[in-house]
Amino acid sequence: MQWFDALVQGILLGGMYAQYALGMALMFGVMRIVNISHGDLVILLSLIGISMATAWGLAPVSVLIILVPLAVLMGWLLQKLVLNRVVGSDPLPSLIATFGLSIALQNLMLQIWSANSRSLPGHGIESQSIEIAGIYVGVLPLIVLAVATGLTWGLDLVLKHTRFGRALRAASADVEAASMTGINPRAVYALATAVAVGILGFAAVFQSLRSTVAPADGPAQLIYAFEAVIIGGMGAVWGAFLGSMVLGIAQAIGFRIDPGFGVLAGHLVFLFVLATRPQGLFGKATT
Amino acid sequence: MTAVLSTHGLIARYGDFQALYGVDTELHPGEAVALIGANGAGKSTFLRSIMGLLPVAKEMVRLDGEPVGGTATDRMVQKGIAIVPEGRRLFTGMSVEDNLRVAIDQAARIGAKGGWTLARLHKLFPILAEKARSQVQSLSGGQQQMVAIGRALLCQPRVLLCDEISLGLAPKVIREIYAALPEIRAAGTAMIVVEQDVGLAQSASDRLYCMLEGRVTLTGKSGDVTREQIGKAYFGAGHAVV
Repeated sequence: MQWFDALVQGILLGGMYAQYALGMALMFGVMRIVNISHGDLVILLSLIGISMATAWGLAPVSVLIILVPLAVLMGWLLQKLVLNRVVGSDPLPSLIATFGLSIALQNLMLQIWSANSRSLPGHGIESQSIEIAGIYVGVLPLIVLAVATGLTWGLDLVLKHTRFGRALRAASADVEAASMTGINPRAVYALATAVAVGILGFAAVFQSLRSTVAPADGPAQLIYAFEAVIIGGMGAVWGAFLGSMVLGIAQAIGFRIDPGFGVLAGHLVFLFVLATRPQGLFGKATT
Repeated sequence: MTAVLSTHGLIARYGDFQALYGVDTELHPGEAVALIGANGAGKSTFLRSIMGLLPVAKEMVRLDGEPVGGTATDRMVQKGIAIVPEGRRLFTGMSVEDNLRVAIDQAARIGAKGGWTLARLHKLFPILAEKARSQVQSLSGGQQQMVAIGRALLCQPRVLLCDEISLGLAPKVIREIYAALPEIRAAGTAMIVVEQDVGLAQSASDRLYCMLEGRVTLTGKSGDVTREQIGKAYFGAGHAVV
């Protein structure tokens, strides 16, 4: 029973990681842009959300409604002003640019919000739980998982069946050939990054409801997102979702073995996948 | 008759290496022009310069008399030029239909008008209908070339640039693909066909240009130029013509 409980909690934790990983799956898995500031953007959005909630007494839903469009705008600007200048076949320039942005954001946040940990007041929802077959399941983690599933499903459909999705997949496969077909890759990439960071708007609200956030927390979120995408397989949206589940379950089971072992267990599973199946559990092998 | 597409002293370079030394060409509406020359003569560079894939001065390329040199590639497509690139450059990981749909999407986005539809393309290359759901990388070379041609046509071009569409294909498949060109021309599309096979180039075009080391060395009506003239222009003076 204890292990079944760990499994359920792991899946629920995976729902949180999936929200970080989806944006990463789009940027790193599809566009091949390494965004080191991914985690810092989640933290920045969380802190903005918390400040709005405290200043105006907003409920989490209202914060979400304001934060997601703001995140979309941030993503669009990030691509327009920074990433479009460094995209190309070489991944190094985007890595360096976003690494610099990551450090700048962390220090900016430290300046504005100080190093204190904060969280978003959830008015009781964060502590509610329901009992299913002898296991207590938190209401908030269930919502997180449901939202993550919905976002994955929606993103997958957008990529497969819309003009924007096809243009993005084409630009990712061969950016020059895409422009020869009339696609403006920069416009498509700007929209894709807007979507990716927009999803982080959801992650920010749920992360700050679930636990506390502080300006230096970004890099850890970045690592989880990277691990989930690589475990799942590059370029596969559902792969990133399932990779997040694997990571969540590994951590939850690790925590049951020893409270200090949880995060390490996740890293070990990641390393094991990387060593034995580098294309990811659900990715296609490329030559 | 004014040229639909013309180049004027076109110069292109890759860094310090100059690849084109003042190329003057023109293409009239509905015309098919062949561009022949040995490897490294600058044929692909010429097409890439027109498409805005290499930096060139504005006055060097004119479309309907308007200077367009160095315009971004996607803008050139919007202006009515499409290319079947060397090596096909299909979108791997996507189905045949999705590859073609990308072009249809973009043509619809910019409101490009032209007669090419998926149905008409399927009539031209029936195999594309059969393979619609297959991933492009699973197709044979000839089938992939048909997808590349189809993708370019669905951009609804007034000018189609074909870069070595026979490269690496079996003779039977080459004949099949070249048999489609008259139908494309019948739709009013002007064409520049880059081709290594001189005989094929002559039969598929009205006029031809021969290039050598970044310069045009011969031009004339495809039916009029002799093998001897081509041999001289192709290899340069002093080489024996086989």
